[in-house]
Amino acid sequence: METITLVLSYPIILLLAPPVMLGLITKTKALVAGRKGPPVLQPLYDTIKLLGKGAVYSSTTTWMFKLGPVVSLAAVFCASALAPLAGAPLISFNGDAILFAYLFALGRFVTVMAALDTGSSFEGMGASREVAFSSLAEPALILTFASLAYRSGGLCLAQMFAPHSGPSAAAGTILVLGTLFVVLLAENSRIPVDDPNTHLELTMIHEVMVLDHGGPDLAFILHGAGIKLVLMSALLVRLVLPEMPPAAALGSLLFGLGCVAVAIGLVESSMARVRMVRVPQLLVAAICAATFGLMLTLR
Amino acid sequence: MSPASRFASVGNGEAVDYSRVPVVPIEDFRSAILRMAAAGRRLCALLSTGVAGGPPAGLLAVLADDAGGRLYLAASEPVTSYKALTPELPQAHLFEREIFESSGITPEGHPWPKPVRLVPADKVTFFQETGEEIHEVAVGPIHAGIIEPGHFRFQCHGETVHHLEIQLGYQHRGVERLLRGGPDSRSLSIAETICGDTAIAHGWAYCAINEALGGASLSLRAEALRAVALELERLANHIGDLGAISNDIGYLPAMSYFGRMRGDYLNLLMLASGNRFGKGLLRPGGLAFDLSEEMCASMAGTVRLGLKHLEQVAGMFFGEPSVISRLEETGVISRKVCDDLGLVGVCARAAGADRDVRQDHPFGFYRFRHIPSTILDTGDVFSRAMVRFLEAQRSMEFLSALLGHLPAGSASGPCGAPAANHIAVALIEGWRGEVCHVAKTGAGRKFEWYKVVDPSFHNWMGLAMTMRGGEISDFPLCNKSFNLSYCGHDL
Repeated sequence: METITLVLSYPIILLLAPPVMLGLITKTKALVAGRKGPPVLQPLYDTIKLLGKGAVYSSTTTWMFKLGPVVSLAAVFCASALAPLAGAPLISFNGDAILFAYLFALGRFVTVMAALDTGSSFEGMGASREVAFSSLAEPALILTFASLAYRSGGLCLAQMFAPHSGPSAAAGTILVLGTLFVVLLAENSRIPVDDPNTHLELTMIHEVMVLDHGGPDLAFILHGAGIKLVLMSALLVRLVLPEMPPAAALGSLLFGLGCVAVAIGLVESSMARVRMVRVPQLLVAAICAATFGLMLTLR
Repeated sequence: MSPASRFASVGNGEAVDYSRVPVVPIEDFRSAILRMAAAGRRLCALLSTGVAGGPPAGLLAVLADDAGGRLYLAASEPVTSYKALTPELPQAHLFEREIFESSGITPEGHPWPKPVRLVPADKVTFFQETGEEIHEVAVGPIHAGIIEPGHFRFQCHGETVHHLEIQLGYQHRGVERLLRGGPDSRSLSIAETICGDTAIAHGWAYCAINEALGGASLSLRAEALRAVALELERLANHIGDLGAISNDIGYLPAMSYFGRMRGDYLNLLMLASGNRFGKGLLRPGGLAFDLSEEMCASMAGTVRLGLKHLEQVAGMFFGEPSVISRLEETGVISRKVCDDLGLVGVCARAAGADRDVRQDHPFGFYRFRHIPSTILDTGDVFSRAMVRFLEAQRSMEFLSALLGHLPAGSASGPCGAPAANHIAVALIEGWRGEVCHVAKTGAGRKFEWYKVVDPSFHNWMGLAMTMRGGEISDFPLCNKSFNLSYCGHDL
């Protein structure tokens, strides 16, 4: 029974949850704005449509440009094998938290390289912004991992995100949750850091790096971004879920993912994007919160 | 000798016999303009009266005295070159480039005499900065959104913009050439399509030129209904701009609400004229057709409800701290730059310049009923957005008062053929700013030349100036806060 749930959970979480989460965010934003909005499954339809298309490659690009989407999708698939989702992760060892964080970094590295490969001034600007802001988001993520690792006594995601009770943990958990949510918004190019819906290249951070990709490459990038969102949200959800049997864990995880999607949609509906020079301030605030969380844990 | 003595003085929407416009040597013409500008007069138009390939021609200037409510005209003797005004009078820079391009008269000493609209952007040179860390970003003419084509060339150091050069001309259709030889049955339609979102203001300016030259006088009802149409156009565009600004900063609820409200006013224009931009409503002599009492009553109801909705949504928009922090101190234009460049309309009023044709050179119904002008002084994106909201509010108050008590009478009247050898100037405060038409008739009572100055012609350089030292990521927002017309500039 446990094995069946585990086997079932991966296709659901890796194939279905990413488009549904993105669709739920869009739906929430539409409803708040008084519109009907596209169907929740629209991102899935888009991905299927893109997979059926051909791709156009500029003559200035090299193999690096084609490698970007493939490697970044592969990196998030590998990261999903390490993450505790419905139950125990597929692969677990001491130190997998570091590998998890840097698989995301690998995906970003190849995306940036593919963007620079085009030689376009827009893509170069996007790449420099992405690298600058992620260099601030990364310490925040690592500091939250550090406090969770100290609490659980090992650098293993399964233990770090295992249910942890006791009032002494509450304050630290709240700070970790807050930091992870800000990092999630930044890493997944959501408002207030980036605007995933904008058409204005000059203001984009992440989107501008993938402007030249089309067809299956774009489908890989979009789906990879969706999985990244699901994985980071799943970690958030795992932090607040109590111990429960696998089937219930899968159900509550999916429900939790839905809640995170609605929360992101509400954040995006209730505020404007901050101006780009203020983004580092937001991320530094996240680093500070993570540091306080670590201090509370160490105390 | 007062500086105005070398000029013929006319009121807004008046014609004068061309022989009364003084023709002076170019040196006197030049120094008279500089003296007038030093006394606070503004350059509305500077043009060459010649046509390409014709005999040598002179220059003609239209200056506005906003405080005195008069317009001043003067012409120069024919020249082939002259000492450029631009170094001493920056607001002449684009006019002189246009004269150089269209008539071949050389403004000597012009700092940047490159083509305005007739040469494709890939054939012109751009100012280029050099340095190891300087990079160049080229945007357009094809853009990501559904907007008009224009080319923007940025010289950047990292995220900071050192210089922006804007090259337009992709929308050039030859409007002034098509209007030459008129008025004929096509002229009004051409005037209405000078700039699609300003159909009423340009159409009105064209009608005012014809009425001035033809000596027609309008009924009070026609004047009032024209003002209604102009304010509806202003409402649709100002509210649409607020929605577009919300979209650019990612504040989605306000974008949706403003977007819906823009539709309400386009629909009112549709109700009045059968066209969402009000094309076909105006005719020289009045309106093409009258509006029924029920129609006016239903408009008044929509406007009154719309005012309530606008105040609610604007309250939400301007009450949101993240919106204020995004808009304030972004894309600042100082009062000095505004005056030097002769900016007009919303962006001038947002920078503290009290400049509104409806108040300074009242025309039509605005002679009898005034709309208070809205002045803010910070000159940033916030003040341009705020001026739009406040002006929309004033327009709605004006409309709901006027629609309840429209003067009775006929909405259309006759307009005769233009008088021969006359020149007329019409200024209309369109939603973007001052729309200026100048026309001269020949002996055959037809337009010898017809000159159009859209507010965008004055204001594009203002947008380029706001970007100096700004962030390149702020450009789309600044651009939206100006929302200038490409086709109005390109003609």
